Amino acid sequence: MAARKKANDNQVLPVLDIQGLTVSLPDDADRPFAIENVEFNVGRGEIVCVVGESGSGKSVTAHTVMGLNPKKQLKPVAGKVLLEGEDLLVKTDAEMRQLRGERMAMIFQEPMTALNPVMKVGDQIAEMLEIHTDMSASERAARVLDVMRDVKLPDAEQMMHSYPHQLSGGQRQRIMIAMALSLEPGLLIADEPTTALDVTTQAQILDLIKDIQASHGTGVMFITHDFGVVAEIADRVVVMQHGRIVEQGDAKQVLTKPKHPYTRMLMASVPSLTPPKRKPVKSSTVALETHNLDKTYFSSGWLRAGRTVKAAQQVDLHVHRGETLGVVGESGSGKSTVARCIVRLIDPTGGEVLIDGKNIAGLSANAMRPYRRDVQIVFQDPYRSLNPRRTVGQSIVEGPMNFGLSEADALERARELMRVVGLQPEALERFPHQFSGGQRQRICIARALAMEPTVLIADEAVSALDVSVQAQVLELLDDVRKKFDLAMLFITHDLRVAAQICDRIMVMQHGIVVEQGITAQVYAKPDHPYTRELLAAAPGRHAQFGAG
Amino acid sequence: MLGYVLKRIAATVPVMGVVALFVFLMIRLAPGDPAAVIAGDYATAEDVMRIREQLGLNEPIIVQFTKWVGALVQGDLGEAIFSNKSVAELIGQRIGPTVMLTLTTIIFTILVAVPLGTLAAWRAGTFIDRAVMMFSVGGFSVPVFVLGYILIYILSIQLKWLPVQGYRSMFEHGLWPFLRHITLPTVTLSVIFIALIARMTRASVIEVLQEDYVRTARAKGQSEFKVLLRHALRNAAVPIVTVIGLSLALLIGGVVVTESVYNIPGLGRLVLDAVLARDYPIIQGLILFFSFVYILINLLIDLSYTLFDPRIRY
Repeated sequence: MAARKKANDNQVLPVLDIQGLTVSLPDDADRPFAIENVEFNVGRGEIVCVVGESGSGKSVTAHTVMGLNPKKQLKPVAGKVLLEGEDLLVKTDAEMRQLRGERMAMIFQEPMTALNPVMKVGDQIAEMLEIHTDMSASERAARVLDVMRDVKLPDAEQMMHSYPHQLSGGQRQRIMIAMALSLEPGLLIADEPTTALDVTTQAQILDLIKDIQASHGTGVMFITHDFGVVAEIADRVVVMQHGRIVEQGDAKQVLTKPKHPYTRMLMASVPSLTPPKRKPVKSSTVALETHNLDKTYFSSGWLRAGRTVKAAQQVDLHVHRGETLGVVGESGSGKSTVARCIVRLIDPTGGEVLIDGKNIAGLSANAMRPYRRDVQIVFQDPYRSLNPRRTVGQSIVEGPMNFGLSEADALERARELMRVVGLQPEALERFPHQFSGGQRQRICIARALAMEPTVLIADEAVSALDVSVQAQVLELLDDVRKKFDLAMLFITHDLRVAAQICDRIMVMQHGIVVEQGITAQVYAKPDHPYTRELLAAAPGRHAQFGAG
Repeated sequence: MLGYVLKRIAATVPVMGVVALFVFLMIRLAPGDPAAVIAGDYATAEDVMRIREQLGLNEPIIVQFTKWVGALVQGDLGEAIFSNKSVAELIGQRIGPTVMLTLTTIIFTILVAVPLGTLAAWRAGTFIDRAVMMFSVGGFSVPVFVLGYILIYILSIQLKWLPVQGYRSMFEHGLWPFLRHITLPTVTLSVIFIALIARMTRASVIEVLQEDYVRTARAKGQSEFKVLLRHALRNAAVPIVTVIGLSLALLIGGVVVTESVYNIPGLGRLVLDAVLARDYPIIQGLILFFSFVYILINLLIDLSYTLFDPRIRY
């Protein structure tokens, strides 16, 4: 109530007003400041998108407002952060705790990990009320139900007794939003709240945030790296690079007439939803083929009925040498299951996997070994797919040496491949943590190529990268496909990326292939309703990005 | 859940079978005549005959095993050689002090180690953290008997605060004498486990404190104390509980030494006396008994995971 009254008094003030904010980094960092002279505001009922790549300082800004930065490493050294007129930088820890949740709230990127896994979701929302109000337990329960219905969660009475792992990603993010809004704060900070979600879920969550912001008059600071999302939701845009604001203004103006070269570069890097013209692949050699590929998981119980999950059913696909087949779908669609069956990281329960005409589906681990080199895979997260204790060189030569190449020859090949992927051969001596995400993904590609495979599988290989880096790695993948005449299976949830790199495309839903065809045709005239739904949910589909 | 418990209990049968076979063969496969070995260097021929008769060593080995297992299944662990009491009876007489010492040790350990480890994790990298970790390294390094005698020297002999040794049952002598006598053995035995569990707690809580949901809790405006208690500690519990379970199993070794140092008439002393006297039936009985207790503790630990983490379902 006090907050509400205060808000009325300060009707003319912006909810959040950041003035000349500078936050220092520890002495051993590569630059003196995490953010420097950051200045923008968020008005009542306004959505301000803060856009930038990793390291731009957008999250540091948000965490400084909330007072969630580690105090010793990230110290605000200049400027003011005014929340409805009050400077947050001079508040004590106890005062900040009072403000967090009540006057400003935050939602995070990963709804999977942002909720406590061992606490019922209803209790987690109620905890907010327990901290900041003197409501009784029954009043809290009633309020929890209210806010859960507010964010359009079905069956709230039941769901409040669920644990996070029993809910879908979208539902979890709704719980987070319900929690954030339970005390009707003036400011909502959303840190990449839809990045980890499927496109159709993302579209729903964006709608929800827009709705709630309109009906409650909340000021929203929305952090994102995705210009598609900006086009969907932003009233105003703030673009950050290396801790500084390079451009800010009205969303329409920034999106149509970006002034700063960095903004222009960012927008040009967003892959277009329109597939470019690609020369049809002439090769007639089919390198990879599956027939009726099935993967079913059985879980049996002693005193209960066993359950079966059909992760992939009757999947037929073929990829020629020199061709890229895209497998598109949301989480749980079975696209990664198919990839893992083909590499034999998991064993298919039925069907055939033909590599150069040889069926490897039923081979024993020993019989499989000689064929391992033919299919190589590049994974999503370059931070976790390289052994941190081994040099890049050791990681690359390990595979070829397992197949009988001498260390000298393997190193020679590794040096060559480093040049192919655009890195210095000297870098072989270094360790993974000394490289950026994009460089690591290049190393992973070099490692895959060192095996001289015929089939290269890219499993969400560019999904964890910043857009500008993403564009370069996509280009690299396309180059190596041509150069080594590889059959490439490109698995992604991102329709924009798929449009740019795939010759043909295959759409999966619930383990079943619902549509496949030439990329340009599928995008122009999608046959299956699910494909149409996916295309319609792509954020910023009305805005024109990229070169394509 | 019930299915899982039944399956686990069923799985103890083959494990106990292997242990029983090992225990049975241990005495029969020893070089020479086991009866002579048991009887010792100064035994007469009659003594050896009597022991051979008592152990049934004159019969074929298969018959011996069948009889022995048959008796075992009925809870008959055999007769002790030198005291003419049944092994089960001896274990029954001695189990009280050991159970009490184990309980006080585990309770004391948890009460000290978990808060200490959590505090170190919360203040990781500071003076407090380093002090806790130094204590931890010290606790690992001091042998139980050395620590026991140091504590006796300071607290009992010099300061005369606590009795030097002995044991008083809580039920016969009352709570106060019991506590006075059990304090030193408990502290002695606990130190190494406090060191172990404090370290484990610290590592586990440090990891959990990096988690996104801890940040969420702070973003709600929750106090640090409740963030630790409600969000961090419960999520850190599974590895901590695992180590507590392992410690319980390891305690048996410590109990033997501690009971000797403090002259407590428990199972640890029984083990020591039986080994020194080569009273094989007692040794066999104790090995079987301890194996069974290990298996039971393991099952209970596994089941306790479901209390801490709703994602674990059996």
